[in-house]
Amino acid sequence: MTLTIIEPKPVSFVALVVAAAGAFAGLLVGTAHDTPFMGVLLGAAVAAVLAVVWLTVFRNERTARWLTFVAFGAVGFFYVGLMGGVIGLAFGAFFGWFIFWLGEGRYRAKLPPYTTAYQVFLHFLFRVTCGAIFIFLITPILVVMPLSFNAENFFTFTPEMLRLDPEGYSLKHYRDFFSNSDWQQAMRNSLSIAPMATLLSVGFGTLAAIGLSSEHVPFRRAIMAILISPMIVPLIISAAGMYFFYSRLGLQGTYWGVVLAHAALGIPFVIITVTATLVGFDRSLTRAAANMGANPLTTFFRVQMPLILPGVISGGLFAFITSFDEVVVVLFVGSAGQKTLPWQMFIGLREQISPTILAVATILVAISIALLTTVELLRRRSERLRGMSPG
Amino acid sequence: MSDTTDTGPVLAADGTPLKRSLRRALRAQKLRALALIAPLLIFVLVTFIAPIADMLFRSVENQIVSNTLPNAVATLNDWDGTSDGLPGEDTFEALYYDMFLAAEAKRHTRVGSRLNYEESGISSMFRKSGRGVDDIGEDQIDALEDINDVWGDETFWFTMMSGPDGVAKANGILSAQRERLANLDQSSFAGEIGFAPSQQIADLLPRTVRAYTAFAVFTAIEDEDIVAEEEPWEAVKVALIEDLRSGIDLSGYDGPGAQELREAQQGLANQPAIDYKQGFIDITEDWANLDNWKTIKMYAPPFTTGYFLNAVDMQKTPEGFQPRPENEQIYGILFKRTLFMSLMITGSCILLAYPVAYLLANLPMRTSSLLMILVLLPFWTSLLVRTSAWKVMLQQQGVINDTLVWLGLVADEGRLVMINNQFGTIVAMTHILLPFMILPMYSVMSTIPPYYVRAARSLGATNWTSFWRVYFPQSVPGIGAGSILVFILAIGYYITPEIVGGTSGTFISNRIAYHISTSLNWGLAAALGSILLAAVLILYWAYDKIVGIDNVKLG
Amino acid sequence: MKFKTTLLATTALTVAAVSAQAQDMADSMTLVSWGGAYQNSQQKAYVEPYLADNPDVTATWDESSAEAVAKLRAMNEAGNVTWDLVDVVASDAMRLCDEGLAMELDHDEILAPAPDGTDASDDFGDLIVSDCFIPQIVYSTTFGYRTDMVPEGVEPPSSVCDVFDLETYPGKRALQKRPIDNMEWALYCDGVAKDEIYDVLGTDEGVTRALAKLEGIKDEVVWWTAGAETPQLLADGEVFMGSTYNGRLFSAIAEQDQPIGMMWDMQSFDLDGWIIPADLPEDRLARVLDFLYFATDTQRLADQAAYISYGPARESSAPLVGEHAELGIAMGPHMPTDPANATNTHLYDYEWWADNRDDLDAKFQSWLVN
Repeated sequence: MTLTIIEPKPVSFVALVVAAAGAFAGLLVGTAHDTPFMGVLLGAAVAAVLAVVWLTVFRNERTARWLTFVAFGAVGFFYVGLMGGVIGLAFGAFFGWFIFWLGEGRYRAKLPPYTTAYQVFLHFLFRVTCGAIFIFLITPILVVMPLSFNAENFFTFTPEMLRLDPEGYSLKHYRDFFSNSDWQQAMRNSLSIAPMATLLSVGFGTLAAIGLSSEHVPFRRAIMAILISPMIVPLIISAAGMYFFYSRLGLQGTYWGVVLAHAALGIPFVIITVTATLVGFDRSLTRAAANMGANPLTTFFRVQMPLILPGVISGGLFAFITSFDEVVVVLFVGSAGQKTLPWQMFIGLREQISPTILAVATILVAISIALLTTVELLRRRSERLRGMSPG
Repeated sequence: MSDTTDTGPVLAADGTPLKRSLRRALRAQKLRALALIAPLLIFVLVTFIAPIADMLFRSVENQIVSNTLPNAVATLNDWDGTSDGLPGEDTFEALYYDMFLAAEAKRHTRVGSRLNYEESGISSMFRKSGRGVDDIGEDQIDALEDINDVWGDETFWFTMMSGPDGVAKANGILSAQRERLANLDQSSFAGEIGFAPSQQIADLLPRTVRAYTAFAVFTAIEDEDIVAEEEPWEAVKVALIEDLRSGIDLSGYDGPGAQELREAQQGLANQPAIDYKQGFIDITEDWANLDNWKTIKMYAPPFTTGYFLNAVDMQKTPEGFQPRPENEQIYGILFKRTLFMSLMITGSCILLAYPVAYLLANLPMRTSSLLMILVLLPFWTSLLVRTSAWKVMLQQQGVINDTLVWLGLVADEGRLVMINNQFGTIVAMTHILLPFMILPMYSVMSTIPPYYVRAARSLGATNWTSFWRVYFPQSVPGIGAGSILVFILAIGYYITPEIVGGTSGTFISNRIAYHISTSLNWGLAAALGSILLAAVLILYWAYDKIVGIDNVKLG
Repeated sequence: MKFKTTLLATTALTVAAVSAQAQDMADSMTLVSWGGAYQNSQQKAYVEPYLADNPDVTATWDESSAEAVAKLRAMNEAGNVTWDLVDVVASDAMRLCDEGLAMELDHDEILAPAPDGTDASDDFGDLIVSDCFIPQIVYSTTFGYRTDMVPEGVEPPSSVCDVFDLETYPGKRALQKRPIDNMEWALYCDGVAKDEIYDVLGTDEGVTRALAKLEGIKDEVVWWTAGAETPQLLADGEVFMGSTYNGRLFSAIAEQDQPIGMMWDMQSFDLDGWIIPADLPEDRLARVLDFLYFATDTQRLADQAAYISYGPARESSAPLVGEHAELGIAMGPHMPTDPANATNTHLYDYEWWADNRDDLDAKFQSWLVN
């Protein structure tokens, strides 16, 4: 890779590409002012001129990029207002970077030196496509976050919000979440049901996974199929079945009913993650421990457990999230006393549409990010312990 | 293993043959493994598998008819359901006792609703009959009580039915009535009721004793009252009138109430017979409708294929299985649609997941871990929130349409309809299920060694050839694993189609939920669920064959 | 039947016994309702005042009224009823009563008389449609429309038949995803006289005719299942007109200032009220009866109307209906029962629908998916 020579590219090429990008940006701005055609022309012209000037006359990258950034922002703010300013800054940052990234030939830095222009193009086309898919993946979350600060009571972007007018934003839905006893109760219920369900599925699941990983298990496939089935059976069928059956046992509408149901749903995740960790587990370690006189219990807690712990924890997190995010089964198996957060949200969506749901969602996303980071850190630690990863 | 030699057993350190010692060790290992698995297996069997089996059983179970109308159903066996004549008077008489007890226990409307799924109008026929059944035989009861008003006296009845102290009891009748009520009410009718009919009176007045015992059991256990303090039901008196009119010989009887019985038999002689058939038809004309009787007869057996037939748009008729009328067919369409949409969703997931999984598998570890968070984040965000976010984006005044209109790509009047239809469901569900496609693909792709493609390149293959002939075939297992997983999950989806599906984007699951919570046709819901489950299990089996269940990976 | 009178006597005895010794009452109640503004009105009008009078009592809400019949049936099968008082629509109350899942009541015995001494049963009058049912409110399913989407030079829609008129009033409509009401409106607008609607609907041709009328607007219909959907759709401008409960429209118009107009023509009246699940343990029953006596008296029902625009079920409550609790506007004119609003109304036939619902539903759903 170090063989790749980074060299400035011809200005004509850069200007052309930048002009095309400028035309596109111009189209966006132009349509907003009902003159798309003018927008395209102006955008292309401004971008091309900028590229030529920065690359031939000015050539001080740092200053040039700052200048572009500030100038675009100022123009946007002057003509449209706050929102325009923000969009202008974004455009400025992009064009400043884009011109020099192309002009200096930095875009080839990570590609093998023999790649043809066509291959370079394909490479970046692929990257842009992937970027678009990633955007598709997280857009809903990006939409939810600003809407949760909506000052209105409907799921709509108001004109005030689009103008970035502080009037259009408020924390009232967050206040509602923290002051409304229904939401608080739901939160408490979720927090008392999910850990218990997680505990059950992790406890049983880890034991079973260890059992399943030994070499001589009769009916291994069949047992595995049964244990994974809660993930596979359509939720509505599980929910209906549990509803009737738990009713008969007197478990419907009780705390333990919901806990058992959620524990059953979480088990496949624990089984899958823990058996996956055990696949990489070096059996000679337990033999060595036994050889040195440790009894099976000591071996388990001192040798096996620390090594599979990351798998157990990430399985537990999946089980926790399953319970924490589960609506269908709790709707059937639970009753008022077990109203969990997702249930409360479901009611919210059906009975009184309120952006409080979005505020809750934003809080949950924040928690999710924290949990995901934990899992990622644990994974790295696990790999370090097993010596599988360089860092 | 080389434990078999022809020269005699190889011995282990402790002197036992190695073969046996190994076998024992193996057995111990197996047992230990099973002991570790057992708690979870039992847990899953009890909390998960048993409930599902229990629910699926409802799809064929049909005991409600024979439990509620045991006597009438028994007499219907002799009735030729295809002829034009209504069932005979004995059926109507049996129906009277069944209906009376069912109405007391308030079970008659349930059997009505059950049969109404098959034939409209039966529901109200049973409801009206429950209200009117105590009018049947009214005149004769009045006549009986005119003869002597002890017939309205609870103590007199109780004494007559119990017989003198120490007399032989007809315990068979008592337990038969307990069982009948237990079947009817689905609860246990055990426990002391403070009454048992005497054998003597049971031999003399069989109908009356049966009816009175039913009354006594019900009064003591269901109403929690004292039998001797409650006046018997009209049905008991009707039974007495029938017994007396059947020409029994009272001369040998000298137990309690002998005098009154003789007196009543004489007094009733000139009364007209109770016309049960007319009585029911007076309550509602529907009892004269042959179709209703055919339906009752057809659905009398304790197990039925009716729900399954309904679930495939068929119905049971006296002429055999036939398709339902065109304007009532719905499940075939829904199953086909569920299949089609799940395929579409799987397809779009493959298209979107492939490049992402490729990118993740070929980036340096640190970068790909970061990008992986972007994949997992939606996976861990509440399903409801993601679905409602799609609603906000896709609706006609939503984010995407607003943007398109703003860009001038779409006219304000021509905003795209992207929600409450199949498109909306496919987009939202593709998004929701995408991680389930990316993760298996990623885990397969990250094991593909990069040097094959490099070798192909250096041998002169083009970009496309090296990908299509070398890389792609190695990634196919990932596509297979992801596709089956996504398809299985998609086919049973419920919440998302419910919120964004409108009418054309709903799945069979939505119909199942509707039958469970709104129409209360639980048998049909179970039948639809069984079919859906069968489809999923076949796929599950295929998944196991192709990929192996142990090879499912989550990040 | 004799059985019923016995039961009523027992109930009366229980009530008497209970008022004598209040310490036998359970100190928690699970109330089942619909959620949203309606449940809020119940909470404000009588649950909070009751809890203030009885500080050691707690009340839990369960928003399961929509699935009440199914859940009560399952609970009853299991012999473990966890609900104490359930708010249901009249047709569900009749169904529950028929199936023995709700307790039969003597209204005069357990409910407060009107202030002038009139018996409760006379005060509620015809609205006691079932022996198990204690009516609270009269509501209606009716149409609202976006005032700013009315085409220029056209009168705002005023008749239910305008819903079927796509030429004069182009735009999307929101209708409930069930045959009830929609089929009747369709036939009415197809020229069937009001008192013949059910006769016509009882025939196959009638069903075809109603569906054909609906077919005319099918492509423009958004089907809703939850009461909150139509107000949201109207607020977003997603639909031009839509049917929903009149109280939902009121709160969108008056409380949230949305540009929505009411259309009362052919509003479909319905009742909503309490039932007590059958076979409650004595201490819980005692608590529920104590609460019910308070919560359904004349003043409390009138108070409820200050939070939501549904008509109180007691005749004696009507004169006491005042102003909205927060907005201070007179609630009388917003009631579905107000004479000005009730010039042309539709009363749906419970009995008829109980019989024909399964059948019509199959046809309706089949029509929907095709």
